[in-house]
Amino acid sequence: MIEHARRDHPDEACGIVAGPAGSDRPERFVPMANAARSPTFYEFDSMDLLRLYRDLDARDEEPVIVYHSHTATEAYPSRTDISYASEPQAHYVVVSTRECGNDEGPVELRSYRIVDGVVHEEEISLVDALPPSGAHGAPAQPIPHHPQEQLR
Amino acid sequence: MTVEVRIPTILRPYTQGEKTVTGAGDSLGALLADLDSRHAGLRERLVEGDQLRRFVNVYLNDEDVRFLDGLATAVADGDAVTILPAVAGG
Repeated sequence: MIEHARRDHPDEACGIVAGPAGSDRPERFVPMANAARSPTFYEFDSMDLLRLYRDLDARDEEPVIVYHSHTATEAYPSRTDISYASEPQAHYVVVSTRECGNDEGPVELRSYRIVDGVVHEEEISLVDALPPSGAHGAPAQPIPHHPQEQLR
Repeated sequence: MTVEVRIPTILRPYTQGEKTVTGAGDSLGALLADLDSRHAGLRERLVEGDQLRRFVNVYLNDEDVRFLDGLATAVADGDAVTILPAVAGG
């Protein structure tokens, strides 16, 4: 998500991380094109959106994360983000490239639930890799990560 | 005649949780009115005045109805309609 956001800066980048329906496990990274090609707006292309959801349905997946970048402002959902948010089960991740631009450098990455126009920030746990769905054995150990900490 | 309609997660409260429902009508507008007779409130979430809402995409088979005739788009027995909220923001 961060690489995608840096690459597309100064335009906003967007995409999803899919996972098995109902699992709340982000497993499959799916970057999408920003049809708006804009520094202040993003939108999945209408036909890309249809293909994406057909693919998700065929795999019995859903968007676990919906991400996009802000290229000049903080990593907090804008009023537009809130008004469009329509996946109540999704984690909405916002990456800000306002400091780093296309380069290495500080980047903000924060996550939210947006349900009925109400935003709740949530803590992010970075894990090395998720074990396969339904696998037995020790769960991956989450690394506590303060949501507002800057990533490098 | 029967048209299958795929309902997105956020609108499933109107369809008792069903992911697909069926309806009838010779146009998309008529189909949505028919659905609304059994799933009250659904149409209001999709239509404003005589237009589809900006943040919802409706497809007839493989085509976005915005590039057809919008709510006047003709539908026929065996067609599939897919409703997807736009994924967009600022």
